[in-house]
Amino acid sequence: MNIDKKIADDLVANDVSFITTVPCKQLAGVIEEVEKRDDIFHIPSNKEDEGMGLCAGAFMGGKRPAIIMQNTAIGVTINTLATLTQFYRMPLPMIISYRGELREPVACQVEMAVHTKALLAQLNIPTYHFHWQKDVEEFDNILKYTFMSNKPVAILTDANFWGGYGDQ
Amino acid sequence: MIRSEILKEIAPILNPHLVVCNIGLPSQELHMIDDNERNFYMLGTMGLSSSIGFGLALAQDKPVISIDGDGSVLTNLGTLPTIANNATGNYTLLIIDNGSYGSTGDQPTYAGMKTNLTDVARACGCDNVIEVQDKDLGPVLQGAIDSDEMTIIVCKCDSGNIKLPVITLDPVVIRHRFMEAVKA
Ligand SMILES: Cc1ncc(C[n+]2csc(CCOP(=O)(O)OP(=O)(O)O)c2C)c(N)n1
Ligand SMILES: [Mg+2]
Repeated sequence: MNIDKKIADDLVANDVSFITTVPCKQLAGVIEEVEKRDDIFHIPSNKEDEGMGLCAGAFMGGKRPAIIMQNTAIGVTINTLATLTQFYRMPLPMIISYRGELREPVACQVEMAVHTKALLAQLNIPTYHFHWQKDVEEFDNILKYTFMSNKPVAILTDANFWGGYGDQ
Repeated sequence: MIRSEILKEIAPILNPHLVVCNIGLPSQELHMIDDNERNFYMLGTMGLSSSIGFGLALAQDKPVISIDGDGSVLTNLGTLPTIANNATGNYTLLIIDNGSYGSTGDQPTYAGMKTNLTDVARACGCDNVIEVQDKDLGPVLQGAIDSDEMTIIVCKCDSGNIKLPVITLDPVVIRHRFMEAVKA
C-alpha cells in the first residue's frame, strides 16, 4: 500500500479541498501527493498558527480544510487551537508527523514527543496514533468524525508508520 | 485621526462586504459603529486577522477585507509572503498602523520606529502596496475593493483609544451568522 496516496485519496473522497502544510522529512511524500492533486488547493504556510488561520477562513468560505505539520508545532499552535479553532467550533483534521518516537535518530525531537500527547489531552483534542501501516485504514473514519464533531482532531503518525527514518 | 475615527469614516464602505476584524479594540469599535452579520469579530488569537481573511478570500469569490493592526502584523509577519505568493484579487488587507499596541495601552511597536510595514510588505513580494494617511483612506479603500487586484493598505494614523465594553456575542453565533452572510 502507498500510504501517501491513500491519505490523499481519503482527503479528496471526504471533500477536503484546502490544505496548508509546513514540511517535515516524514511528510515529504504526502505533501508531494497533495500538491499533485487537482481537487486540492495546497497553500504552504510559514508557521502553523498562520496555517490554522488560513484554514479557519477557508472553512467559513465553505471549504473543508486540513493542516499537515510536525508535532513540534503543537507548541506553536496552542493559543490558536484554543481561541480560534475550538472557541468558534471549527473542524480541523491535523495530520501530524510524530517525531521523537521509536526509530527517531534526532535526540532533540524526543523533547517535544514526550509532551505531545499530554498537551493534546489537556486541550481535549481527539487524538489517534498511527504506528503500523494498516492503521491508515482508520483515516477515512477519522475525517468523517472530524467534520461531524466540528473539532480539531490530531492524527499522530510516527516513524514506524512511515517505514522508518533513514535507518531502514 | 485615531482608529475609532477612521472606522467611523469607512464603515459605510465596509458595510456591504465581508470583514474580518482584529482582536481587541478594533473589533469592539466596529461592533459599536456598525454591527452586522458580515463582520467576523476576533475575540482572541492576535495576529491571524490577515490569515483568516485571506483563507476566506481564497475559498470563495466575494470581496474580503481584513482589518489588521501594525502590532498584529508584526507578530505574524510570515503572513505577508503567503499572501504575496498566492494573491487573489478579491482580497484587501487594511493595516491600521498607529505605531502602537493600542488595545493594551498604546505601548510603541517597531512599526512606529525604524520598521516600515509598507517596505516590508513590498519586500515580501506584495505587488500592490499603498501607504496612505488616515484622512485619505476612504477613496483608497473603495478603489482597492473595486479593483481586481489584491491590495495591501498601510494606513498611518495616531495612537489613541476610546472606552468601550467588550463584545459579549457568543463566538459560535458570530461564526454562524458570518457563514450565513458568506453564503447569501
Ligand atoms: C499572543 C498574544 N499576545 C498578546 C496579546 C495582547 N494583545 C491584544 S491586542 C494587542 C495589541 C494589538 O496591536 P495592534 O495589532 O497594533 O492593534 P491596535 O490595537 O493598535 O489597533 C495585544 C498586544 C494577545 N491577545 N495575544
Ligand atoms: Mg497598532
